[in-house]
Parts: sequence; C-alpha cells; structure tokens
Amino acid sequence: MIDFTLSEKDEKVLAAVKEEALVCRKYARYFDDHEEEFAPAELPEAKDFKNPFALLAKRDELDSSMGVMSMLVTAGQTWGDYTVRMRRGTGGLGNAALRASGTPEQQSRWGGKTLAMAITEPGCGSDSKAVQTTAALDAGKNEWVLNGEKIFVTTGCRAEGVVVWATIDKAAGRAGIKSFIVMKGTPGFEVTHKEKKLGIRADDTAAYVFRDCRIPRDHLLGGDESIPKEGAGGFKGVMKTFNMTRPAVAAIGLGIAQAALDFTRDALAGEGVEVDWNAGTHARSAAQQELVEIEADIEAAMLGVLHATWLSGEAKPNNLEASISKAKGGEIARTATQRCIALLGSMGISLDFLLEKWFRDCRITDIYEGTGQIQRLIIARDILGYSAAELS
Amino acid sequence: MISFGPTEEQELIQQTVHEFAQSEMRERARPCDEKRELPDDFLQKSWELGLVAGAIPEAYGGGGVGRSPVTNALVLEELAWGDAPLAAAAMTPGLFVQPLLDFGTDEQKKSLLPLFAGSRFHAASLAILEPTFSFEISSLRTIAEPKGSGFSLSGKKRLVPLASTASHLLVVARGAREGVAGLEAFIVPRDAKGLSVAPEPERTLGFQCLPRFSVELERVEVPASARLGGDRGIDGARLLAMLRTASAALGLGLARGVYELALPYAKERVAFGQPIAQKQAIAFMLAEMQIEVSSIRHLVWKAASLLEHGVDASRAATLALTYANREVMKIADNGLQIFGGHGYIREYPVEMWYRNARALTVTESVSAL
Repeated sequence: MIDFTLSEKDEKVLAAVKEEALVCRKYARYFDDHEEEFAPAELPEAKDFKNPFALLAKRDELDSSMGVMSMLVTAGQTWGDYTVRMRRGTGGLGNAALRASGTPEQQSRWGGKTLAMAITEPGCGSDSKAVQTTAALDAGKNEWVLNGEKIFVTTGCRAEGVVVWATIDKAAGRAGIKSFIVMKGTPGFEVTHKEKKLGIRADDTAAYVFRDCRIPRDHLLGGDESIPKEGAGGFKGVMKTFNMTRPAVAAIGLGIAQAALDFTRDALAGEGVEVDWNAGTHARSAAQQELVEIEADIEAAMLGVLHATWLSGEAKPNNLEASISKAKGGEIARTATQRCIALLGSMGISLDFLLEKWFRDCRITDIYEGTGQIQRLIIARDILGYSAAELS
Repeated sequence: MISFGPTEEQELIQQTVHEFAQSEMRERARPCDEKRELPDDFLQKSWELGLVAGAIPEAYGGGGVGRSPVTNALVLEELAWGDAPLAAAAMTPGLFVQPLLDFGTDEQKKSLLPLFAGSRFHAASLAILEPTFSFEISSLRTIAEPKGSGFSLSGKKRLVPLASTASHLLVVARGAREGVAGLEAFIVPRDAKGLSVAPEPERTLGFQCLPRFSVELERVEVPASARLGGDRGIDGARLLAMLRTASAALGLGLARGVYELALPYAKERVAFGQPIAQKQAIAFMLAEMQIEVSSIRHLVWKAASLLEHGVDASRAATLALTYANREVMKIADNGLQIFGGHGYIREYPVEMWYRNARALTVTESVSAL
C-alpha cells in the first residue's frame, strides 16, 4: 500500500529526536568556532533525556521500517547540528564496509570498533580506482606492507581503526584494489592532521600517512587475495557499501536544509510573510513562492531518500535509487540553503544565526560519497545500460 | 507506515490501463491533435475500463471498488503516458463524480450517480477556470447569490471540458465567505435557463483534441438542492487539493512518456561517430529526467495518500503541483532538445507533448481539468 503516514510510536521517536536536536543546536556555534576541539561523547543534558532509539527497537505492524526510520532520525539529528549529538554514536563508514564485505570472523573481531574509511588521496577523489596507496604482500612474514597518503577521512581522528583502500597490483586497475583493516597504533600509520574546512568544522576529518605500515595477512577485508582477470572483482563489493550510505548522506544534508527552511519560514512569518497552501500563484508574493518551491524541493529529495531505503528494506535492488537520492539530495541541500539566505537578505549572513553555518555545512553533501556529477554518471549508465567504457 | 508499494490490485489496474494507453491512445493521439477531434469510440472504450464507475458504491449502481485517490493518481499517470489530453477527456466525468462522492448529500448521490454507473459513456464536467490573466482560485469572479430558497449564479467560465455534451456541469463559484473556504459548487443541468455553452470549442496551444468550451452563466437560478453538499457545502480546500494532485499526476505521465521516448532515441541517434547518449551532455539530461520523474511521482503519491486518509492534503498537493508544473515543462523541453530538428517536426510526438506540457502546467494548473 502506498502510504506516507507515521505511526504514533514513530512520531514520538521523531519528536524526541527533535527535542534532543534542539539541545545539540546550542553547542553548534561553539564547536564551529573551535574546530580543534571535539564535541563531548555525551552532552551534560543527556541525563535529562531518555535515549529515543530504545523505542525504535521493536517494529510493529503500523510502524515504518527500520531503514526508513533511520533516515528520518538521521535528518532529524542534523536538523539540530551536523556533528554534535546528545550521545555520540559509535561506528563509522568503515563499519558499513565491514558489514558489507567482511568475513564472519572479521565482523566479530572488529564489529564493535569504530572504523573510519580511507579512500580519497591527494591525487584521487571521484576516480577512486586511481588509488595510489599500495599494499605489498610479504609472504615470508605473512604481512601486508602499506604505503601511501589518505585525506578527508571522516571520523579519522577518533576512529579506533580504518578500512583503507589500496592496490595490490596497479596494472590490474580496479580489480587490484582491496580493502585493509588497520588499527590505530600500528607502526607506520600516522594521523597527520585534522582538515580545515568550509563547514562541518566540528566534524572529525583526518589526513593519514602510511609508511611501510605492516599489518597481518588476515586484515584483508573479505579475505580474497585473488585478482580477477575480468570485471571489477572486489571493487564491486566495496562499491556496494555506497548503496547503503548514499541515501543516508543525502538525509544528513536534507536535515540541515530543513533546518534552514524552518528558520527562514519562521523568520519571515515574524515579518508577516506566510504561505497560504490554498492560494494560487497570483495570490503569492515572490518570497512566498520561493518558500513553496524550496519546501517542494526538500520534500521531493527526502522522499527519494526514503524510497531508496524502503526498497532495500523490501530486499529489492536500489543501486539506481540510491544514486538518485544522493544526486537530488546533494543538489537540494546545496541550493536550498543558498536560497534561504537569499530570502532573508543581509540578515541571512549574520553570525547571530546558524543559517550561514548551515549554508557552509550543507555544501559538502553534493561532494562526498560521490559528487553529484558522479551520481548522474551512475544513473545515466544504469538507465542507458552502458558500461563505464561506453559512458565515461 | 511509509511505503512505496502499490497493492496487488493497484498493480493490476496499472497494467490494464497501461495496455489501454499503449493500444488505444499512443497511435490515435497525433490524428486527434491534428484534427482537433475526440472520437466517441475512444470515450466509450475508456469508459469500459470502469475507471469512473468503479469508484461509485454498489448502492448507487456502481462497481463498488471504492474511491481511492491513490489508485486515481496511478491511473492518471498511465493514461497520460498514453496521451494527456485523451486522458483528461476520458476522466472528465470523474471531475463531476468524484466531488459528488466526496461532498454530495445522499439525495444528490441517489439522483445523479446512477447516470454514471451504466455501460455507456456519460459526459458531465467541472466549470472552474475563468477568463482572466491572473486567475486565482481563492477569488473567483463567478458568484452565487441567494435567490428565493435557492441561488442565482452569474459569471463566465472558460475551458470547460466536454461542456457541449455534458448532462450536468459542476459550477464552482464564490459564495458568502472569503477565500478557498468560501468556494461553493453547484450542480447545474446544461440546459438550465441562462446557461450558455459556446457553439465551438476553444482553440488552444495544446490539448487540442479535448473539446473545451466557454460557458456563460447569466443569473442562472438553481434550487437549494443544487448546492453540492447541501447546507454543509463543500470542503473547498479538499476539492482544490484533489484537482492539484490529479493535475500533477497527469503531468507525471506526460513527462514519463517524453523521457521513455527520448532515451531509446538518444541511443539510436548517431553523431560524430557514436550515439549521442554516450555524450555526457545528453546522458546527464536523461539522468535528470529520470531523477525528476521519480521525484514528481513521490510528491503525487504523498498528496494522494493524504487525500485517501481524509486528512489535510493542501500542503502536499500544492507542493506536488508546484514541483510538477516546473519539472514537467523542463522534461518536455529537454526531451524535444534531445530530438533536435526531429523534435520540431510533427512526425514525432515530442512537439505535441511539448505543447501539451505547456497547456497542462500553466500557473494554477487546474487548467487542464
């Protein structure tokens, strides 16, 4: 049945998430200004709030799926702040990779650790098959030796370990790229610095260097050392991770965009500018029309996120839809915040308000986890039935 | 529960209507457009799908499937994929029947619904648009004034579909209260004294095969029983949300048609030694179409689902229509562009769809309906 209503229980969870988010928001400016600090693992207010996620555990007939709810919760949290949480969660992007591709032994060994994911290098971003970091097998010692540089590693400073993309055979292209688990403290693995960014400044984004970093042979994610002659081999497996993370990344951006819209709507309502949903175009001012358009854009983008997630919950393929949600979500997160500032004019840029921060924070959505252009490339190949060679 | 899955029954209806659109609409659309003609046998064949009568309860002689705005949206998308103006023609009686189902008194339903429950196509219509360049639903110029125990209706309506053959028109007018809350609808027989339908259909940019007429009401007197909903009147906001959602659903089908034709064409058309679809400039246009067709669909579904729950759908419907109006036009525009010169000649349907897209998505688009 096509339906968009939430059960009472789900409404309650989202209301609680919003309440928490408002508390987190109080800390947003401070940690934006103090990017060298990390937000606490738990806010002082945490003792006054029950953890709303306990309510999510049991799904009843009228409740939405866990996947759908997790997207709404994610957007609800970033509606407060991108980084600050009442209780900081564990796990990072590397954990998603571990769940998607790790052997059962690897999952039980590292599943409880927070793992970052290191893909991007100074010379390779979207073109992730151009990875330069190498992993050479020292068969005598049963060890891999890693060498290379990684940047933009989310949760990179605080993570306990990292899933690193490295090539075991540059000549093999994508097929030669494997993922390795490297724990902090391994000799030769150094966190060089925390990146300084336009937005999401409180977020922990690290740069790594690997210099003759030796790890045991069984730290190869999935355990398969072979290089297939044809196809992408393990690369496809790691790309699979993105089907799960792309809608979530879009949800993160859209939560911020929604915060910007809500702020803008309230600010304008204070000036007597409000949308009458029944009135037509000729009864709306330009500002009212813009509010309607931004709201429609955010709603469309968020529904795309929910659609991609709902599909995966139904065990249906969602490769195309995950990319659609990220392409649309990234674009709208970016443009909605731009337009909100434009609507509020010169007061919109004031640091008295968080709107300018949301504008900066949101901009990353269309870049990380595959830029908008990469998403469109994936979508185009999918709908046209083209290979990467046919459409590059 | 948030869900994007049509029921099995809805999937079956989608499939049936899609096959109808493929076999009965696609081929006919061009000659109908060129001749500005709506064949009777098309209306009859579409009627046999039971799309209007199905929603009428058995007590009034209908199919008793139940009124479902979601199913309606799915049907409109498939029909408009075939051809938007033919889709609008087939569903025009629904513009009379659906408000009657939602707002009508039991007596109004008893006396009128059986007309639409038979096996023959029965025309009735909705008169809402007016001859003004700044049409605004919340301030209609057609007015309903109390007269004796009934009402007197005066005003001018434009683009009333099938008005010349309709047995009844549902005339939307401004009542005593301001704004959308003040909207009133009156059941007026076409032969009512003071009501005149222009002898010839209006000529328009798109939707050429859908006969739409100017209608004048000069102090048309109707009894109190003609007021839809009786003493309660209608829920103007809900009527508007229904129309907006339906219009967006038509746009969705039209846009999907454009996208699904442009995609294989781009793979076939060779320029500079390779299919133009292998150029990012074209491939990205197609990706964008895919993104937006999905986006429009989700907004339409959400509005339809709220209507189905009987809750306030004004916001969702306005978002759906605003979004669809913008994106449907863009998709039709880009679709034509992908065809290049071939998009401009009348051999392919794209120029027709481009005109239809503009005709459908103008401003406060209850226009096509």
